[in-house]
Amino acid sequence: MEISLAAEKIGHIGAMPITNSMLTSWIATLLLIVLAFVATRSLKQVPKGIQNFFELIMEFLINTVNSVIDNKEQSKKYLPLVATIFLFIITNNWLGLLPGIGTIGLHEVHNGKEVFIPLLRSGNADLNTTLALAIIAVIAIQVFGILAIGAVKYAGKFINFSSPIMFFVGILEFISEMSRLISFSFRLFGNVFAGEVLLAVIAMLLPFVGPLPFYGLELFVGFIQALVFMMLTLVFIKSAITDHSAEAH
Amino acid sequence: MDAETMSSLATAGAIALGAIAPAVAIGMIGSKGVEAIGRNPEAAGKVQGPMVLAIAFAEAIAVYALVVALIIKFVK
Repeated sequence: MEISLAAEKIGHIGAMPITNSMLTSWIATLLLIVLAFVATRSLKQVPKGIQNFFELIMEFLINTVNSVIDNKEQSKKYLPLVATIFLFIITNNWLGLLPGIGTIGLHEVHNGKEVFIPLLRSGNADLNTTLALAIIAVIAIQVFGILAIGAVKYAGKFINFSSPIMFFVGILEFISEMSRLISFSFRLFGNVFAGEVLLAVIAMLLPFVGPLPFYGLELFVGFIQALVFMMLTLVFIKSAITDHSAEAH
Repeated sequence: MDAETMSSLATAGAIALGAIAPAVAIGMIGSKGVEAIGRNPEAAGKVQGPMVLAIAFAEAIAVYALVVALIIKFVK
């Protein structure tokens, strides 16, 4: 059984290689775009069918955002980014559980050995995808913070000359911001990749019957990882837009 | 002990040792959360949110250990 930590390359566009995870991410994106068009075609005041289903999802998302950021006006500002993160991650995770992912592929010869290159692989099982999402989230947190409380006050959280201890606290704050890049990307990558490996191993040990409870676990983990990514981004946005100097010590 | 054996032992050791502390941590978070809900069932919604977040933070450490184990095993 072959397990590859890095996503396998299946083609090139110019000089940029295309990996199988990238292909699955594109399919997930296409699915979301098509569903968005279908759901918002001829919007009715009393929703029916697919519009109803998506209103359910949006209501869940805006309530979650509002529960962290206790402010309906601000929630609407931050909803698009975090809702996109949630929907992209959950679509990618659940798409990676369908049959055909990881099993349909080509037999190629690399360095004299014959290897199997699957054409599709779960979108978040590639560290590049999760790193991209983490970079977007971290940059968005900084941008939202600067937009909400101003660049001078925001920089004042990290560069603080009031006392030597506060100076080091500022540096530690900056380091912890950057460490979020690693924690976001590795949390999502590790959960999804480990899930894939687990399913492959269990399918090898106990075919047909063994994977059933683990598919349940993977559905749950896919949802929870999307929710956790969204909630953590929200919590950090909330702490970035709060004016800490206004608190009395 | 040759390199192959050490590599296999390192893989198993990395994930085995690395999963002890997160498991204990998640157990403690869960127990405190459930105790808080038991004391005040009306606040269950408010307790659940931060509890799930804290559990995700703790689980991430186990995932880092797993990623290190996978790197040792599959990257030559």
